[in-house]
Amino acid sequence: MTDQINRAVHLTALRKSFGAFEVLKGISLEAMEGDVVSILGSSGSGKSTMLRCINMLETPDSGQIEVGGETIQLKQVGGRTRAADRHQLQRMRASIGMVFQNFNLWSHLTILENLIEAPIHVQKRSRADCVEEAEALLEKVGIAEKRNHYPAHLSGGQQQRAAIARALAQHPKVMLFDEPTSALDPELVGEVLRVMRALAEEGRTMLVVTHEMGFARDVSSKIVFLHKGAVEAQGSPRDMFVAGRSDCFRQFLSGGNGLK
Amino acid sequence: MDIPFLYQTLLKLLIGVPLTLQLAVSSVGLGAILAVMLALARLSGLRLLAWPASFYVFIFRSTPLLVQIFLIYHGLGQFHAVRASFLWPLLREPYWCALIALTLNTAAYSCEIVRGALLSVPSGQIEAARACGMSNFTLHRRIVFPLALRHALPGYGNEFILMIKSTALASIITLMEVTGLAAQLISESFRAIEILIVAAAIYLSMNFIVTRLVQWVEYALSAELRPPPAATSGQGGTV
Repeated sequence: MTDQINRAVHLTALRKSFGAFEVLKGISLEAMEGDVVSILGSSGSGKSTMLRCINMLETPDSGQIEVGGETIQLKQVGGRTRAADRHQLQRMRASIGMVFQNFNLWSHLTILENLIEAPIHVQKRSRADCVEEAEALLEKVGIAEKRNHYPAHLSGGQQQRAAIARALAQHPKVMLFDEPTSALDPELVGEVLRVMRALAEEGRTMLVVTHEMGFARDVSSKIVFLHKGAVEAQGSPRDMFVAGRSDCFRQFLSGGNGLK
Repeated sequence: MDIPFLYQTLLKLLIGVPLTLQLAVSSVGLGAILAVMLALARLSGLRLLAWPASFYVFIFRSTPLLVQIFLIYHGLGQFHAVRASFLWPLLREPYWCALIALTLNTAAYSCEIVRGALLSVPSGQIEAARACGMSNFTLHRRIVFPLALRHALPGYGNEFILMIKSTALASIITLMEVTGLAAQLISESFRAIEILIVAAAIYLSMNFIVTRLVQWVEYALSAELRPPPAATSGQGGTV
């Protein structure tokens, strides 16, 4: 039971097919509070799909998703899986911060409005509190002076930092990052990774799908390597990078994706 | 040029402007509500909703508005059931028949404008809203509709202008809006050219104002497309 309290995310036997193609072949994964889990794998290995299952942007065909000790209720409707209780799903989603590859800031709202949107309209918090907190978050990610700008006015790196701040504004228990630096120009990657590093040092629970080997090795507490829809190897960065657990992982590292 | 006559005509035709505007504004307003419902039905993915909505759009876009007005004004009264129904007090009035016909007609066109606008909302922004825990209702109210509105405006401005001109057809079923009054004046004075020119000038002025209004709304809703406020430069602070 004490074990249960400390567990932030627990996936059990997740399966998911797109048509005849089985993307997830029974994946299980566990992350404790304060863990930074880097999820690695070549494209098509199912890492993004798995991450997106955690907040049900993708619905698994079968399996179990538990976040913060609570299991998402699922039901089968006409051969498809759905959330059984949409209020539960919405409540749980609000406690899971999501950062997308393409930022996905709301283009008709200013940066500050992007940050206070969900806290006000989903979590029903007072506007004054939300604004005050949002300004502190923008300060923290280094774009306080952009508060009244629209997303289109910001560079990719600034937009992604704003998107991270937007996720933080909901006080998430867990942060999910879906290739947060893959859409950025190389010179903008650093500023986003710095913010993520700072979050990791604060002890935030983070699950990060990434191709940034440096980040995975230096920042994460655990590395999960997916291959063809299954967990091929997992362990501490030391075990994975130095001891070299799996042949497949070594091949992945050497295949142009090597240590930077 | 008989300036005094033109002036007298103008004064007489202006009396019809409130009715013209009333028909146009009410039909576009009511039509917009219907259009949003039709567009959502078409996009629902439920055949039971999508198919009737598509059929409706097909019928009302593919038949002349004039025929629709005639059918509603003259046609419905042929049925005893209609005459006996509680709607008869409305349906025997030319004003309501014209308003119903204009509304049903603009709803069909606007449905397609709204549908296109809804489809243009980037899926990533919808996904971000879902990931925040927004309910479907909040998602539409706060994200989807505001974004769609920005896409729909240019097309909708067009539709509004078309509707102001379409109200002229209401004169056929005895309504005394601008064109109805013009027709009456022509039959009294036989000075068709002058009267029609004045009538055209009135429509032109109304549409000039509508065009400006739509432009203003478009401007007000497109801050994100203009350069940022006070050029505060800098690459952001440190972490």
